[in-house]
Amino acid sequence: MIVQPVLVVAAALFSLGIYGILVRRNAVMVLLSIELILNSVNINFIMFDTMLADTLMQGQIFTIFIITIAAAEVGIGLAIVLMLFRNRQTANINEFDLMKW
Amino acid sequence: MEIFEIVTYFVLLALLSTAIRVVTTSNVIHAAISLVFTLALTAILFLMLSTEFVALVLVLVYIGAVIVLFLFGIMITRAPLGKNAELDNDKNKKLGAAIAGSIFLLFSYILINGFGGDVTITSGSSTELLGEILLSRFVFPFELVSFVLLAALIGGITLARKDEALIDEDQV
Repeated sequence: MIVQPVLVVAAALFSLGIYGILVRRNAVMVLLSIELILNSVNINFIMFDTMLADTLMQGQIFTIFIITIAAAEVGIGLAIVLMLFRNRQTANINEFDLMKW
Repeated sequence: MEIFEIVTYFVLLALLSTAIRVVTTSNVIHAAISLVFTLALTAILFLMLSTEFVALVLVLVYIGAVIVLFLFGIMITRAPLGKNAELDNDKNKKLGAAIAGSIFLLFSYILINGFGGDVTITSGSSTELLGEILLSRFVFPFELVSFVLLAALIGGITLARKDEALIDEDQV
């Protein structure tokens, strides 16, 4: 398998996630874009793990850790969005300016 | 080998188009379903790179658990199902596209110049070996991650549940 196209697609997924974070208004959609970014990092880790043929398989182990942390992050993130929705009746991130001075 | 390469390019193109659909569609449910396809295609890519265990973990954790959480989140926050013109912030669109495009150009320039060549996949990686490494060399981060999961569990329950005592005292 050729290395470069996979890496370029991973970079494209990363920048699409950045675009989603900047453009989306709904907080759940922003979390979805963050998942896209984490996914691109996973692709990079696995590609380099296979490319370098690491005996300790550190790329795969880090990918498993990233997937676990991402699951925890989504749980906490959605709980925060839920609480904000309960208090403000909206999921629009422009309305969440509680910590802005 | 020829067929393998064609399949690789097909998977990469499909990955790109579903990811574009995640960030551009104006329907929230379509975005979540497109993310399912993106993750499934990523799992296929991982299988083609002979990392079966990670592909299965991705399918189980992401498609099985995270997407279900997202669908719950979409439905609980009453995001209008169906087309919704209010979903995107039109003021930020040009700026966002410029920033994302420059990041993409920078990353792909560095990656194309820095890395190249061909990877030949001889055999699948051993899940047994992965487990042994995970529980010997990386046992401390492994335990730490379990602690993080416990903290996330307690934090999620604490944040999302309605505290009657606080509401009575008007502290919320």
